[in-house]
Amino acid sequence: MSRTSPSRRGLLFGSAAVSAGALLTACTSNEPKQQAQPAGGTPAAADKPGQAVTIGFAGPQADHGWLNAINQNAKSRAATYPDVTLEITEGSNDTAAQIGQVQTLINKKVDVLVILPADGKALTQVGLQAMRAGIPVVNLDRVFASPQAYRCWIGGDNYGMGLNAGTYIGEQLKDKPNAKVVELAGLDNLELTRQRSQGFDDALKNYPNITKVARQAADFTVESGQAKMAQLLQAQPAFDALWKIDDDQGDGAVRAIAQAGRDDFLMVGGAGAKSAMDAIKAGTGVLKATVLYPPTMAASAIDLARALGQGKGVGGLAELEIPSSLTLYSAVVTKENVDDYLPTGFN
Amino acid sequence: MTQPASAARKDAPTSAATPDTGRKGTRRPALVRWDVRSLSLLGVLVALVVVGGVTQPDSFLATSNLQLVLTQASVIGVVTVGMTFVITSGGIDLSVGAIVALASVWATTVATQEFGFAGILFTAVLVGVGCGLVNGLLIAYGGMVPFIATLAMLASARGLALQITDGRTQMVTVTEVLDLGVKDAYVLGVPPLVLVFAAVTVVGWLLLNRTTFGRRTVAVGGNAEAARLAGIDVRRQRLYLYLLSGLCCGIAAFLLIVLAGSGQNTNGNLYELDAIAAAIIGGTLLSGGRGTIVGSVLGVLIFTTITNIFALNNLETAVQQIAKGAIIVAAVLVQRRTLRGGDA
Repeated sequence: MSRTSPSRRGLLFGSAAVSAGALLTACTSNEPKQQAQPAGGTPAAADKPGQAVTIGFAGPQADHGWLNAINQNAKSRAATYPDVTLEITEGSNDTAAQIGQVQTLINKKVDVLVILPADGKALTQVGLQAMRAGIPVVNLDRVFASPQAYRCWIGGDNYGMGLNAGTYIGEQLKDKPNAKVVELAGLDNLELTRQRSQGFDDALKNYPNITKVARQAADFTVESGQAKMAQLLQAQPAFDALWKIDDDQGDGAVRAIAQAGRDDFLMVGGAGAKSAMDAIKAGTGVLKATVLYPPTMAASAIDLARALGQGKGVGGLAELEIPSSLTLYSAVVTKENVDDYLPTGFN
Repeated sequence: MTQPASAARKDAPTSAATPDTGRKGTRRPALVRWDVRSLSLLGVLVALVVVGGVTQPDSFLATSNLQLVLTQASVIGVVTVGMTFVITSGGIDLSVGAIVALASVWATTVATQEFGFAGILFTAVLVGVGCGLVNGLLIAYGGMVPFIATLAMLASARGLALQITDGRTQMVTVTEVLDLGVKDAYVLGVPPLVLVFAAVTVVGWLLLNRTTFGRRTVAVGGNAEAARLAGIDVRRQRLYLYLLSGLCCGIAAFLLIVLAGSGQNTNGNLYELDAIAAAIIGGTLLSGGRGTIVGSVLGVLIFTTITNIFALNNLETAVQQIAKGAIIVAAVLVQRRTLRGGDA
């Protein structure tokens, strides 16, 4: 839990690193077929091919859009480097299975490991094992319980997501007296849901004219998004803004809104699915913005792993070593800047 | 041998007032037990409606909310009707959620959507029936225990659904399908999904209570060996029952596609438990031999109404889950108490 604190500090790093470059965030175009090469992003860290690096990648089962995009980003990023060989394991949500996979990668003596744990705490031991075996670990998104278990952590900012979504909504509604806001949250069992909601609430506190009148938690599926949103619409005959915490379940929410024939509010999404960005670009529906939880972090993790393997720092920063923690910025995508982010949208 | 056989058969759907005397073959007026059971459930439902009406008089008692509750109940409701048959026959179908997921995914692939409304509907139903057929063959002719056979189907169907989608949400672009879910499509104020649910319920009720098929189902569930000796082809009956459950899953998958406007491999999550719970609360015997469609539908409506009241009152997830568990226990206790009262 305390491991979320790097986020605050990391925000600085994150925004610095991100703005310091299309370098790190160079994007992959997730066209429907998903096989496209990254769309013209500048390769990171060091530009010239260096010594050959074998990167082992272990992630959870890609059973929804965002995780799927993580895998694609990692693969296509690795493919842009002639000096990188990617050893990718079959994704698994089972802790024991994932531990086994990481151990296999350790035995294969890969140069660097990138691990997105199904459960961060449960994979800590195997992260430690790898580090002790002299293999630097890039911990992706879900953080290990001990900083000793990774050389570098890179991930999204759940609190920042809520904060930015709340601030965006606040700015839109700041001149409206007694504005009402509704939140369609994700799985309440997950800490990330609580962090997002906390950030959202904290942001709304800056706008005394705004009240959050309702919050319901769906479970990140389209189906549950539809069901919970239909109930929320029934419960709240009039409100001004809605934050749907996740674009996947947001697709269901969009259906519920269409089925109820409502369009009297503005909606902000979360995560950054391509369908959401398309809708923002079209600008005809209630969806006006979405806050990112960028899956490009997997591409950046490959960049970091390569830099670690070749003993380089990150381009654009004065540091000789890569940072130990990088929290990515949850940008707000609106109609104005959607074209910049559209290539990072996932299916 | 013939004694239990005939007892089981006569005992079947239309007879017997109490669990005790029923087994001994005492005949009582056909609908007595049903009424007591269903009435007590109806009582629970009415109590819930009162709670909803008192806490949120404006939003809960609106016509739009009735439409909402019934619509939300229709997907799991159709699944539960199929499940009721399977449980009545002494079986279990753990694969319903996975079949719904697979059918919804298969029916919303780009390739399927090219065939429009009919293509989606046809595929969803066919996939459901196909999975049901596999289940039925494995159980009836392969000699597998229903629990294991359908558990295997659960795993495989979910896996296949994941493989087809690759984890992505498949949005439906066929407008005729999406339009079924919006207000303009309501028939005299009744959403089309609810009409389907109602039709499935009526057909299910007739099938279970007014046909030989229904009697055979109950007989197989009451005592399979006796049913066999009485001349029922138990294997074929079982095959038909899992087919029926699969068919219901296919229909439910189509309803879900209309509702969610998409197919996703996470669809139908834990439907098996919801459907089993609704059927059992409704009064269907988990060990088989007794089943009630009316009870199952009431069970589904109770679940959906609870969820609705919680959402309208903006309760937290944690509170919702605690209260839901408590209400289920209360519903069953009320029912048992009423039953005992009825017998005494």
